[in-house]
Amino acid sequence: MTMLHTVNKSPFEKDSLTSCLRLSEDGSSILLIEDGIYAALEGTTASDSIKEALKTKKVFALQEDLNARGVQSKVIDGIEQVDYAGFVKLVTEHDKVQSWV
Amino acid sequence: MSETKKFLYVNRRAPYGTIYAWESLEVILIGAAFEQDVTLAFVDDGVFQLVKDHDTAGIGMKNFTPTYGALGDYDINKIYVEKESLEARGLTIDDLQHLIWEDEDEDWAEKDSIKVVTSSELAALMGEQDVVLSF
Repeated sequence: MTMLHTVNKSPFEKDSLTSCLRLSEDGSSILLIEDGIYAALEGTTASDSIKEALKTKKVFALQEDLNARGVQSKVIDGIEQVDYAGFVKLVTEHDKVQSWV
Repeated sequence: MSETKKFLYVNRRAPYGTIYAWESLEVILIGAAFEQDVTLAFVDDGVFQLVKDHDTAGIGMKNFTPTYGALGDYDINKIYVEKESLEARGLTIDDLQHLIWEDEDEDWAEKDSIKVVTSSELAALMGEQDVVLSF
């Protein structure tokens, strides 16, 4: 059973990311979308928790949302950027999707 | 003749995920027509509003951030960004748009509109206001 988790809230405003990281199993995938992409940035108060997660989970960030916010060059190494087609592909590759809204 | 009041607009939300940032900008521009003493503050995720080079083509939303560049023409040139908020988000002033205004009293010299201030400096600034509007 593989799970895709999506997080769409800023890690600086809501605790959606924290809960997702705590309640997701090793080997699962986390896709950061909308304001959730701010968790993908280097040098923030959220960076360490994402880097820790990268040791056991796969982390993705939606390109379109990074570009919209002008932060695509600041993404942490190890996070894979995907476009909308990649988003759909991720959904099809996993058994279930859990949205941390 | 109405008296001039000190208005502070406090922006605390990231752009696009919610409508707060854009709505705030709309209200600021409308308010500018009333010739009040306007100050803007960007704190928490609000600092992301001023990050440069947004490209919203992929998300099907309007990029409203070039409008910040026009604020100087509306005599809005007191724009404060909290240092602590920038640092928590891995940002520096170089990541933000370069906003300027032209000083009529100094032969239209171009001056920076954005000032990075500490929390305590911003707190003092908030204390000086007549009206505070939060977004």
